[in-house]
Amino acid sequence: MEKLINEFSVGLFFWQAVVFILLLFLLRKFAWTPILNAVNEREQGIKDALDAAEKAKLEMANLQADNEKLLQEARVEREAMMKEAREIKASMIAGAKDEAQAEASKAIASAQASIQAEKKAAVAELKSTVASLSIEIAEKIVKSELSNKDKQLELVETMLKDANVN
Amino acid sequence: MQRKTLVKLLSILFLATTFTMSAKDTSKDAASSGDTRAERKQQVKDYIAHHLLDSHDFGLFSYTDDATKEKHHIGFPLPVILWDDGLKVFSSSKFHHGETVAEVDGNFYIIEHAKIYKTDAAGTITYDDVHHATNAKPLDFSITKGVFMILLTAFLMFFLFRGLAKSYATNGGIAKGTGRFFEPIITYIRDDIAIANIGETKHKKYMPFLLTVFFFIWFLNMFGLTPLGVNVTGNIAVTTALALIVFLITTFTGTKDYWKHIFDPLGDGMPWAGKIFIYIILVPIEILGLFIKPFALLIRLYANMTAGHVVLGSLLGLIYIFQNWIGGSLSFGLAFAISLIEILVALLQAYIFTMLAALYFGFASETHEHEEEQDGEIAHL
Repeated sequence: MEKLINEFSVGLFFWQAVVFILLLFLLRKFAWTPILNAVNEREQGIKDALDAAEKAKLEMANLQADNEKLLQEARVEREAMMKEAREIKASMIAGAKDEAQAEASKAIASAQASIQAEKKAAVAELKSTVASLSIEIAEKIVKSELSNKDKQLELVETMLKDANVN
Repeated sequence: MQRKTLVKLLSILFLATTFTMSAKDTSKDAASSGDTRAERKQQVKDYIAHHLLDSHDFGLFSYTDDATKEKHHIGFPLPVILWDDGLKVFSSSKFHHGETVAEVDGNFYIIEHAKIYKTDAAGTITYDDVHHATNAKPLDFSITKGVFMILLTAFLMFFLFRGLAKSYATNGGIAKGTGRFFEPIITYIRDDIAIANIGETKHKKYMPFLLTVFFFIWFLNMFGLTPLGVNVTGNIAVTTALALIVFLITTFTGTKDYWKHIFDPLGDGMPWAGKIFIYIILVPIEILGLFIKPFALLIRLYANMTAGHVVLGSLLGLIYIFQNWIGGSLSFGLAFAISLIEILVALLQAYIFTMLAALYFGFASETHEHEEEQDGEIAHL
């Protein structure tokens, strides 16, 4: 202990204290504060970057989910549209068919009607022609038949016979 | 560029440590007769004692010319600053390496065991019965070898860390050059010394001191291992100054809780009548503890660094004592191994000093829930 006290140098103590305190303040101002700030800033930056990356990842996942949803919706919509189109097509075809059918049957009906009318007219004409022809023939026959007396009698008789049978 | 050169120079010095140290120590005081082994032992002992002390000139080594028996000193003188009825500044070359009396303004001074005494023209020194000089001592503020190294370390640290700080600004927040090596150490001190002992919220104001003291001690310890032969951190005045600063910071940043813990450690957990008997013993111990903590710091650093220098010096001195091939190479090998350990010790002592300082700052700055503390103290009793 005595040796230590004897070894103690006031001058060295003084210089050590002065230089050290000066160095402490100088380094605090010019070195430690900027260094620690830079290190802290960088660490904060890294932390922020990691957080941002995490967030971006999450957003990406969200976006992907959204995309998937959108795609699903589009698919459903397409499906619905296709179905609708198919229905429209079917109904159009059916409508056209019906219309054509109706048109056809109408045409057929009118044709039939005109045929019928023609037929009727033809029959009527035929009847009248046949009637006039028959009358002509009958006239001619009657003329020839009644020229002979016997034959007139015979006819009356035959007619009478028929009338009897009836 | 300058920084790089400095670092390179330092690395070379570290690498060359053991080799040049052996060269230095064997070329010692051969002026007095070194014929018998006992004499040589005494010479080595004196040399180590001399090496551990500060000195007024920067001697690298000395040798004796065989032909002329003249002793040559290689090194350079340093300024001597004395306060003796006025400021006196002169070069230490006036002492001729402690061999002559220096005359300044009609006063005579002489160096005895690295201290400057007033004397007369003949250089008379009177001793008391325990062989201590009783001559008058002027106040000595000389730039000694130790002060020179302190200044050198301060400049080195300033440029090194200023450069690191600048490299952050110019390099987009990323360290460049030597800073790459020091940055992890700085973050280690912040995370594992300051934050671990003081806490996340309060460590910031102690960081400059912890960083400065760590690098200061470490660099000076490393300088102590170079062939420059300096022993700054192994000097009691230096460690005292450092420990005193720790003590002052601890004392002046102490919170209410810290002082309460010293003067009223049990708090309200016990009636005053019961506490008074415990406190008669407890409070003096706590108060003593205030001073013992920094005292332990200063002694620990001093003792470790001095011990390292003594061991290394003794091992190298063995070469001179044995003066044969076997003993010489054996002690060289041992000294080499110890040197490697000393490099570790240099870092370790800086770490321990910083760690304990942080621990004391942690005590001083703590504010805690006293409820828990009381329970703990009572359970402990």
